Amino acid sequence: MREYSAYTLLKNALTGNRDWKQAWRKAEPRPHYDVIVIGGGGHGLSTAYYLAKEHGITNVAVLEKGYLGSGNVGRNTTAVRSNYLLPENHRFYEHSMDLWENLSHDLNYNVMFSQRGCLNLAHTPGQLDEYIRRGNALRHSGIDSELMTVKQIKRLVPALDVSGSARFPIIGGVMQWSAGTARHDAVAWGYARGADRRGVDIVENCEVTGFLRDGDRVTGVTTTRGEIRAGKIAVAVAGSTGSVMKLAGIETLPIESQVLQAFVSESLKPILNTVLTFGMGHFYASQSDKGGLVYGGALDGYNSYAQRGSLPLVEEVHSEMLALFPSLASVRMLRSWGGLCDMSMDGSPIITTGPLPGMYLNCGWNYGGFKATPASGWCFAWTIARDEPHALNAPFTLDRFHRGILIDDKGMGATPNLH
Amino acid sequence: MSPRRAASGGLIDRSRTIRFTFDGQEFTGHPGDTVASALLANGVSLFGRSFKYHRPRGILAAGVDEPNALVTVLRGEAREPNIQATMLEIHDGLKVVSQNRFPSLGLDVGALNQLASKLLGAGFYYKTFMGPVIGPLKGTRFWMFCEHLIRRAAGLGKAGLAPDPSRYERMNAFCDVLVVGSGPAGLMAAKAAAENGARVILAEQSARLGGSANWSEDTIDAMPARDWAAGVVADLTTTSNVTMLPRTSVWGYYDGNTIAALERVTDHKTSPRIGEPRQRHWTIRAGKVVLATGAFERPLVFPGNDRPCVMLASAAERFAVEYGILPGEKVAIFTNNDSAYRSAMTMQEAGCRIVAIVDVRTDISPAARAIAVRTGAEILTSRAVTSTEGGKKLHCIKVQDYDIRSGAVSGDARSIDADCLLVSGGWSPVINLASQAGARAEWSERVQAFLPPKDADGWVGAGAFNGTFSLEAALAEGLAAGGASAIDVPAVVDAALDIAPAPVFEIEAKGKAFVDFQHDVTADDVRLAHREGFQSVEHLKRYTTLGMATDQGKTSNVAGLAIMANALGKQIPEVGTTRFRPPFAPVTIGALAAERFGEIRPERLTPMHDWHVAHGATFYSAGLWHRPMIYGLPGETVEQAYVREVKTTREAAGIADVSTLGKIMVQGPDAAYFLDRVYTNTFSTLPVGKARYGLMLREDGLVLDDGTTWRLGRHDFLMTTTTANAGKVMQHLEFLLDVIWPELKVTLTSVTDQWAGASIAGPRSREVLAACVSGTAVDNETLPFMGIVYGEVDGAPVMICRLSFSGELAYEVYSGAGHGTHLWQALIEAGKPFGMVAYGLEALGTMRIEKGHVTGAEIDGRVTARDLHLDWMLSKKKPFVGSMMMDREGLVGPDRLQLVGIMSLDNLPLNGGAHIVEELDRENPHDSIGHMTAACYSPMLGRHIGLALVKAGKSRHGQRVFTSDPLRKRFGPVEIVSHHFYDPEGKRMHG
Amino acid sequence: MIIKCPWCGPRDSSEFVYQGEGGRTRPDQSSTDQSAWNAYVYDRVNTAGDHDEIWQHSGGCRSHLKIIRNTVTHKVLSVVFACDTQDQEKPA
Repeated sequence: MREYSAYTLLKNALTGNRDWKQAWRKAEPRPHYDVIVIGGGGHGLSTAYYLAKEHGITNVAVLEKGYLGSGNVGRNTTAVRSNYLLPENHRFYEHSMDLWENLSHDLNYNVMFSQRGCLNLAHTPGQLDEYIRRGNALRHSGIDSELMTVKQIKRLVPALDVSGSARFPIIGGVMQWSAGTARHDAVAWGYARGADRRGVDIVENCEVTGFLRDGDRVTGVTTTRGEIRAGKIAVAVAGSTGSVMKLAGIETLPIESQVLQAFVSESLKPILNTVLTFGMGHFYASQSDKGGLVYGGALDGYNSYAQRGSLPLVEEVHSEMLALFPSLASVRMLRSWGGLCDMSMDGSPIITTGPLPGMYLNCGWNYGGFKATPASGWCFAWTIARDEPHALNAPFTLDRFHRGILIDDKGMGATPNLH
Repeated sequence: MSPRRAASGGLIDRSRTIRFTFDGQEFTGHPGDTVASALLANGVSLFGRSFKYHRPRGILAAGVDEPNALVTVLRGEAREPNIQATMLEIHDGLKVVSQNRFPSLGLDVGALNQLASKLLGAGFYYKTFMGPVIGPLKGTRFWMFCEHLIRRAAGLGKAGLAPDPSRYERMNAFCDVLVVGSGPAGLMAAKAAAENGARVILAEQSARLGGSANWSEDTIDAMPARDWAAGVVADLTTTSNVTMLPRTSVWGYYDGNTIAALERVTDHKTSPRIGEPRQRHWTIRAGKVVLATGAFERPLVFPGNDRPCVMLASAAERFAVEYGILPGEKVAIFTNNDSAYRSAMTMQEAGCRIVAIVDVRTDISPAARAIAVRTGAEILTSRAVTSTEGGKKLHCIKVQDYDIRSGAVSGDARSIDADCLLVSGGWSPVINLASQAGARAEWSERVQAFLPPKDADGWVGAGAFNGTFSLEAALAEGLAAGGASAIDVPAVVDAALDIAPAPVFEIEAKGKAFVDFQHDVTADDVRLAHREGFQSVEHLKRYTTLGMATDQGKTSNVAGLAIMANALGKQIPEVGTTRFRPPFAPVTIGALAAERFGEIRPERLTPMHDWHVAHGATFYSAGLWHRPMIYGLPGETVEQAYVREVKTTREAAGIADVSTLGKIMVQGPDAAYFLDRVYTNTFSTLPVGKARYGLMLREDGLVLDDGTTWRLGRHDFLMTTTTANAGKVMQHLEFLLDVIWPELKVTLTSVTDQWAGASIAGPRSREVLAACVSGTAVDNETLPFMGIVYGEVDGAPVMICRLSFSGELAYEVYSGAGHGTHLWQALIEAGKPFGMVAYGLEALGTMRIEKGHVTGAEIDGRVTARDLHLDWMLSKKKPFVGSMMMDREGLVGPDRLQLVGIMSLDNLPLNGGAHIVEELDRENPHDSIGHMTAACYSPMLGRHIGLALVKAGKSRHGQRVFTSDPLRKRFGPVEIVSHHFYDPEGKRMHG
Repeated sequence: MIIKCPWCGPRDSSEFVYQGEGGRTRPDQSSTDQSAWNAYVYDRVNTAGDHDEIWQHSGGCRSHLKIIRNTVTHKVLSVVFACDTQDQEKPA
């Protein structure tokens, strides 16, 4: 009997909803584990889940300094897609997509992954060619992508301004139908519950304050809840990577932490049934099941750990929004927040063994962290369990930057705020 | 009995009547009314439907904290959803409709959801709708089917599809002191600051300045508080260093005391004055911010607390005093603190009968008791309301014994007839802006609320914001916040009640007790969240959606926290508080875009733009630029037009506008030396009066840009860049000069907009020039390839460089931008006898493809100089930017994508963005070996050709492969060839 | 965020463009130390706290400024011309 189902929901409704168990235990840390995963966000939790599920490693602790899912997994715009240009990226993200498609069943937790498509709008012939190049790249890797005409686009999203008189007229778009959105918090909670039910200890309010070392080798961590030792220590802390790695004596990394803002409008009846991106800016949007438009734009563009954005960018994002949707001018923005993006030097992530013996590193997610959650955990778990990367994450090394083996989807070079 | 307007009283203007419609029905009100007050005056008690259960809801609050009464405003075809009726002023012709109901507000089928409410508890959707694991509905299908129905049911207001015709405006302001809130504390602060000579801005979210003074019965300076406030407002309005901003909601507190505010300029007007925007987005940079934002009264959580006609006590007071509204005839009061007694007195004086005051406390203060006695109300201490009855209106309340220590309810329920229940659960200071500014709230046991910290950076608080509820103390704080001054705190007479509440937030009894009204989050939902482990504040919020509705939990946050704390057996501060983020209240998106609504980016036009328009050009967007694509003749297709333009150019002459090229003056004694460092090739050896093609790398060794640079003098160079990279290159050079090599004596000046440029190409181009250029010869001797001369064209001074992008004999003729059109017309005139045509980007692109010249399509940030066969430009004699990085292992090697030419073998067009494969598979395309960067029909070759970046392309010349373009369904055989299609020896341009 | 440009005065951060960490040392132009070049181009300290960085006042005088700014509070602690780092100005 599955713990969550229409039947158990009904049964519990009849008994006053008194019998539901905690989604995950409030575990006390034990002194020793096989694997410690630092970071109770999406990636840390999915890593723990796949360590247990795929590799049978259940003597695992996930250490989270705040509440579970308090990082980017709970502060993103929920888009899931695999429409990257470069094969290293799109193969990895497509593996994520495969996991996403069965994630609710796998976790027995409805993460509400809805494949409502992701449409990149193009505004010049050159840009359309560029998007088609990317779409064709996907098709040659067996990933879906199709061209949409202005007419088809208008039918799909009637609120769009497709008039030729727009400052940047829409001349077409490239659609990935398998893309979509998921309920972000549910992903964290679902993985947490899944890992917990398989024996993983999830320890909240437990901040790592230092690493225990035996020579070069990392053997454990000191935390606000005491010393914890482990054979393997995995770091999956996104925006805090720099700070945590400094505790291990790693002073520099090919990463900058920058702030990315996101916004939600007031709840509206359905008006946007896909994920949409604007080609002449960074604006992107979707509409949640509750009715709020969920949208964002460019990075604020400077290093920040503040989780707060700046006003000029708020204005820019909304200007871009109205360039596409002139009827939404009278709708109102309800909430805004800032997330920390660990921007890497080529815009692609790092999932690797090392850099110290006993340590494993997962970081550099740029804007791609949420959609990567399943594959990131899956690959990282593989890497931890087998001490070598899976073919899918083998390109995502830490030394690739120095060696010039770059995976630069946007072609922006070592300027993270431009990726 | 329904709510109604009292015979007299209120600050509305009863001499005038305003007509508006609600759900199509006409209503009247008076100037000064909100939709809420006017509808209450007309006996309306049902205002909206809740989000999940579609429960009937009335007015709970009187201001920006209202969770229930949301309406959509119709303005022509434009729709403005989710507007609080309590914040919307009426005006003649205003049209509002209720929302989230079908078919009507009174009869809403969505209310059936209530029947399944046990199933629809917090987080139910995480536990179901997953569908079968196998079969046709596996994966995401079943969920998406359910979701489709859920989405249609969810959502509040409906947005329009017609463009909003309104104009929005942005205003920047600077002040020494920004006062937020115009209650007594705020007014006092503004007055004090103004008298000190500070530049003051006073922002008030309501239409009427004065805040609580408008609805209190207190006396300030021996006059009614509202008269005192009106006097101060009048003084401040005429003070030159004070700006008063009513209807202005301060919603964002950003870094560096940058404050964002939204002014509703004409929303309350039937006919705005000419030039008035609908709303104005203010960015205020303030030396100091005085936060006098007051406090929100909190409701109590008990079964039936959401029935229409259950209202916050202070809201009723405000409706009575400010709007002359009696919310009911027989009014009951339910409280945990003394402030509701003041409300009781106010309501009684307004004409209501106070039937009972139900107080959870055992003991109440003598002052409160004295008031209660005066109202004639029955005082029921140690009692609690445990349910309410009535349908869409209140008929009676049920009261039971209540033990404040255990929270237990006991005894028989006593029924008390009442048509209005006023509730007070204590007060929460409005600390949102301080929280946005980074302040950590501190729990006050005394006021049972979160207070702002005392020490702040950039802001200072005053009045109820600080948890200071005594009027006299609030005025004193206002005075101090405004700055030292000669003014005294005015004398005050007030009810002298201590509002510190008993720590009671919820009455646990049978029935649905709402915490978050709009999102239908009940106390049981909070407890369910606790049971399932969603116990931190953020988990509570996210799991139950508490505080996530459009009112952002203004009335619900603290109660939710308290119920969770109780379930955990912890104190409230141990559970924590949410950090508030912008905006404090929802902000119109149009206002945020302001002038950029409809004008997102400036347009860049070349000096000759009007000529192009007049001569039939169609345009491309190139960044911000508009550039001619073709100059089509009537009936021509794009391809026919560019083929004609290319042919004529290659056979006779053509002219193109190249003014958009980036142009940078590089000047100074070290200019040549500097260029040697930033270009891969050498410029110090370039003689004066000559130009050279140059290639620039990024620091990481990949190609940044290319272009020609002209040596105009020993220390003067004119660098040209590609149109797209002009800004990037400038920034790159400036960084190097300013940060890395400040010792170099070089200055950089962007002159892109200062020069107009025309490229004249074709075998007869020299003749064209000869026919119109004076002051210099243009023969091969005087003006050799890459030579530069100065002269005049029809009186306009010009600089001419002989260089070629098209591969023809060609010249770039530059004049000052102001002479651009003149020069262009003179050149066109001179070209006529030679059959010269104007050509656009399509022809330019075709000619460069024929020549194999690279542009941005190839220089995509991932290619090296070697990939583009530009190895010959990499100097081995000197280091240059990128020289140490360009040969790292990942950037060299035979398998990189390299530039090649592609020739169509099936005589069908090729496309940029198509891929190249060795094995054609239309159904399952696979193993791309590269992609086309550009394609055209070559008039000179009579073939469809293109450029491509192909894996190990250099070694593949002559290979037969395929173009594979599944997105455009174009597949076909092609041949890989050298990228030099046409005149590879360059005889034509040297001729 | 307000940045006090030593040339133009206090200006909104939107007039400036972030140009990366200021603490990095570019090797001498003729240096052949590959690892030093790699470090310059790719490695970042990424401090949570007082952070050395370069901004260009691109919407103003176009000077490059060396700024110390707290990346947790966004407080700008000092601003000087990048070309003139010896001449420490008073905190902005």
